[in-house]
Order: sequence, then C-alpha cells, then structure tokens
Amino acid sequence: MGYTLTEKIIMRNTKRSSVTAGELLNVNVDRVMVHDIFAPFVVEKFREMGFEKVWNPDKIVFVYDHLVPTSFIEDFRHHKIADAFAAEQHIKAVHRADGVCHQLMPELRYVVPGQVVFGTDSHTTTYGAIGSFSTGIGYTEMAAIFGTGELWIKVPPTLKFIINGELPQGVYSKDIILRILGDIGADGGTYKALEFGGSTIKGLSISSRMTLSNMAVEAGAKVGVIEPDEKTFAFSGVEGSQFQDLKSDPDANYEKVFYYDASTFKPVVACPSNVDNISDVEALLGTKIDQGFIGSCTNGRFEDLEVAAKILKGRKIAPFTKLIVTPASRSIYAEAAKAGIIGILVEAGAIMNPPACGLCCGRSGGIVSDGERVIATNNRNFLGRMGSPKSEIFLASPATVAAAALEGKIVDPRKYL
Amino acid sequence: MKEAFKGRVWKLGDDIDTDIIIPTQFLALKTVEDMKKYAFNPLRPELAAQIQPGDIIVAGKNFGCGSSREQAPEILAALKISCIIAKSYARIFYRNAFNNGLLLLENNELYDYCSEGDHVSVQLESSQVLLGEKSFEVASIPTDLLQMVEAGGLVPFMRKRNGK
Repeated sequence: MGYTLTEKIIMRNTKRSSVTAGELLNVNVDRVMVHDIFAPFVVEKFREMGFEKVWNPDKIVFVYDHLVPTSFIEDFRHHKIADAFAAEQHIKAVHRADGVCHQLMPELRYVVPGQVVFGTDSHTTTYGAIGSFSTGIGYTEMAAIFGTGELWIKVPPTLKFIINGELPQGVYSKDIILRILGDIGADGGTYKALEFGGSTIKGLSISSRMTLSNMAVEAGAKVGVIEPDEKTFAFSGVEGSQFQDLKSDPDANYEKVFYYDASTFKPVVACPSNVDNISDVEALLGTKIDQGFIGSCTNGRFEDLEVAAKILKGRKIAPFTKLIVTPASRSIYAEAAKAGIIGILVEAGAIMNPPACGLCCGRSGGIVSDGERVIATNNRNFLGRMGSPKSEIFLASPATVAAAALEGKIVDPRKYL
Repeated sequence: MKEAFKGRVWKLGDDIDTDIIIPTQFLALKTVEDMKKYAFNPLRPELAAQIQPGDIIVAGKNFGCGSSREQAPEILAALKISCIIAKSYARIFYRNAFNNGLLLLENNELYDYCSEGDHVSVQLESSQVLLGEKSFEVASIPTDLLQMVEAGGLVPFMRKRNGK
C-alpha cells in the first residue's frame, strides 16, 4: 500500500516505515513560529509549566507582525516581553518589522520541504505550499513544544484535489481555493489534510501555491500540502535529490479525490460573512464597495501587487472609495518599489500600509465602520473581522479587488486585463 | 470532573468563529479576566454579562472555526461555562479547549430539540445528555483527555512532568 505526501512527511520526521491515518504519534518539531500577539502568553505558560530552558533556541522564530507598527499604548508590552525572553533564551531569529510571519517563514528559509512546523497562528498551513507539514496550534501547546521539542498529532486522512489544464485569463489561485471552499464548505476539511496537485498546480508560482495552502485552514484542514518540485527546491535553496521521497504514491490511500478542469474556473467572490459563501463575480456586478484591501499572507506578494498595478496603471480609483495596499514582507515592498509598482499604486490613489498583518485581522490601517463594505484579498470575511460587526467583507483575487476599487463597485476584472 | 451536572442553555448557530468568540481588538488586553467581558461581542454583545457559572453552550456545526487564538476557549473557561455541546468543532479550537480544561461534547440532534433557557443534564459516565424526558448520546471522551480537563489542562499536566 502506498502513502500520501502528508504521510510521507510524517514518516520522514519520525523515521518510521509506515503510518496510518487516524494514528496518534509524537513528531519531532523542526521549527516553530510565534507571533507578537501570542508571545507573552507562550512565555507565561512556559514558565507556569516549570520549564527553564527552551529545547533548542535555533528552532524558534519570533515574528512581530500583528502589532506592527504599534497602534495602542499597550501593544509594545508584547514586543518587550518577547525581546526579553529571546535574549534570555538565546533565540536569535526575531523579526521586528520585516513582514507577515507566513511570508517570512518560507521566504527566509526557516521552513524547507519535508519539515514539521508549528506556529501560533491558524494560517501556518501556508508552508504546505513548499511541501512541509505545518499547522497552527495554541500558545499552551507551543509552550509545551518550547520545553520538549515534541507534539502529538493525529495522522490526518487526505482529500486530494487534482486540477488539470490552463486557467482562463483573469482567474488566479485565489479563485481556485475559493471555489474549493464553496464546494466542500468551511468544515469540509476538518482534521484532514488537503493535497493540491495536477498540471495547473505544477504551473503555478510558489507565491500562488501559498495562497492555496494558506486558505486550506478555512475548510478546517490541518495542513494543505503540495508536492515539492524544481520550483520549490529553487525557492527554498535546497538540493532536490534530498527530497525525492516527498511524493504521493500512485496507490496512496485518499479519503476522496476531487477532479477539476482548470478551464471551468471563473473569478469568484466569498460573500459576507463566511468563506464558503461563494458567488461568481458575474452575479455580483454593480455591488457598491467603500474600500478595497490588497495584502495579507494570502495575497500580498509581488505578483499580487503586480497584477493590481497592471489594472490601476494610469487610472484613478473611484471617488469616495479607499484602497489599502499592504505588501506581505519588507523584501516584497522593496522589490515592488524598485519595479515601479508602488508608484503606480500610489498615483492611482492607493494608501500604502507597512508590511504587517494590519487590516486583515482588524487591528489597524483601515478599520471600517457601520454600513461600510470591503472587498479584500485576505482569508477571512468573518463578522466584524475588519472593524464594525455592521460592516461587510467580500473576499476575492487581487485583480478583482483592484478592478472594484477603480469603479467603486464589484466588476468583472477581465475587462481590464 | 463532576460526572453529572446540569446547566442552563445558551444557543448559538453554525460556524461560530473565533473572531466572534473574541475579536482581535481585545486580544492585547492584559488578562483573560479583562477579555471575557467581550465574549461573542460581534454577534451578541450582551451575552457575556448574562452567562452564569455552570451554563452550557449548545451550538451547531464547526464551533470555534477560524484562528488559533487560545483566548477563545480560555475566556469560555473563565466564564465558567461547564461544557459546550455542538454538532462539531474546528480542529485547533478542539485541542485548545481541552488544553485549557474546557470540556467539549459532540451531538448532532440536541441542537434542533433544545431552546435557549432550557436546562440540560450531562452524565459523563453514560455519555448522555438529558433534556426533559429525551436523552441524547454524546461521543465518549478518551480517559486521558478527561484527566487533562480534570487536572485543569496542559499546564498542570506539564508541571507534574517537570516535578513542580
């Protein structure tokens, strides 16, 4: 009997020759990420548990992103506590203003294919895009890992999504994952691994693949994995020959396999206030919007800013409409500035926010009021996520958001491409 | 852990996400005691003040979906909810709840039979929930998880491991 990619990663980690879905086992943690909001709680629990030294300071990464730049007087307390703990425990990897954790972890190669990684954030599933087993946990379990280097997991069954063919113009990986979420629902992947494969996925950039894995958790999934290939190895700076085991066997045991023909995908939108409330953009044409948001660990990468700039170049966003743009990392921001993309966005009327979580989690940089409607590229449109519970959030690709900002209403992005 | 207890029901729907349980803007408050006043704020701002120790939340499917914020189960434990009975739970919330000593039970039918303000009895030994004359079966909880809930969660469990 063969094994799935997820099972292969767990076997590699535990040095076992077989694992079965549903089995409980301890994994050796290769890397952990803690962001600023939860850092004080991890530290507190670590001490309460009676630990004194972390198991391995080189495997711990702190990223300050939810409270950067600080918006409230109390915010800095989180950074001070994390800084003090890092100094005490000799943790060297502390990123104080470099971008969103889920962008930085793969970009800075803290995560490479085949690793088992945990983070105190649900979107830790993002690193599945480079063939790692990575998922979000709470701060109490993180404190236990800080002390022991281990965590128990249940080997998840896999839902496989095979997508073949060429995506139509104006359709992006965001449209793929939103449609899948609409098809399986916000709990359709609970406790499971999602695996994305097929020629369409092979053709996607690593950035686009990250969008898929990032949103796997929106179906409740434990991980969202993609087989690493030459693109992955180049991105992660590793020798591919070391990772040839990271492939699903042809006779792997999947709970279910879903087949999609890429040519049937369209630009879609997740309507308020659930990620699985999916509608074709065509059914929403003319829906008035007050604010667009392009950014986040889902869609704040270079290619996302680039497609927005392509649509906005030489044009102005609609009067009374706001467009917030937040690059996912400092290096993406710098690269986009060099390429002239930031200039195009700003001239079109965009407000540039620093690379951090900001508006995506409703902490800063464009909080919305009663009755306002937002169209955004991030991963959640929950009630009150970006401010008032009486606001509404629609989720879409960067192209759909940029086009909507131009007209102050939802439009088909394809007319600008 | 008491083997049998009774509580008043607060009824919530499907997909009660962690942003509803505790919105991000309250996560930087210093203590869980400060945060618990804002439980369910976007959906029912008045609810947190009305919840009494021992009350039970009955909900639909996918309770606790969304972020990994552990304040979500922590504030419910701080409000002294005796347990949640939902059709199903999101994965991270499930682990976080047990790690914080919050008991979660699963049943598909109770939700459709009970109304807010009803009183239900939970009998852990027989894995039953009683509403008037009607009984509902809940999946039994593995003993080691119950023991962790009983101990108050993963922190006391680790303290013991560390001989503290």
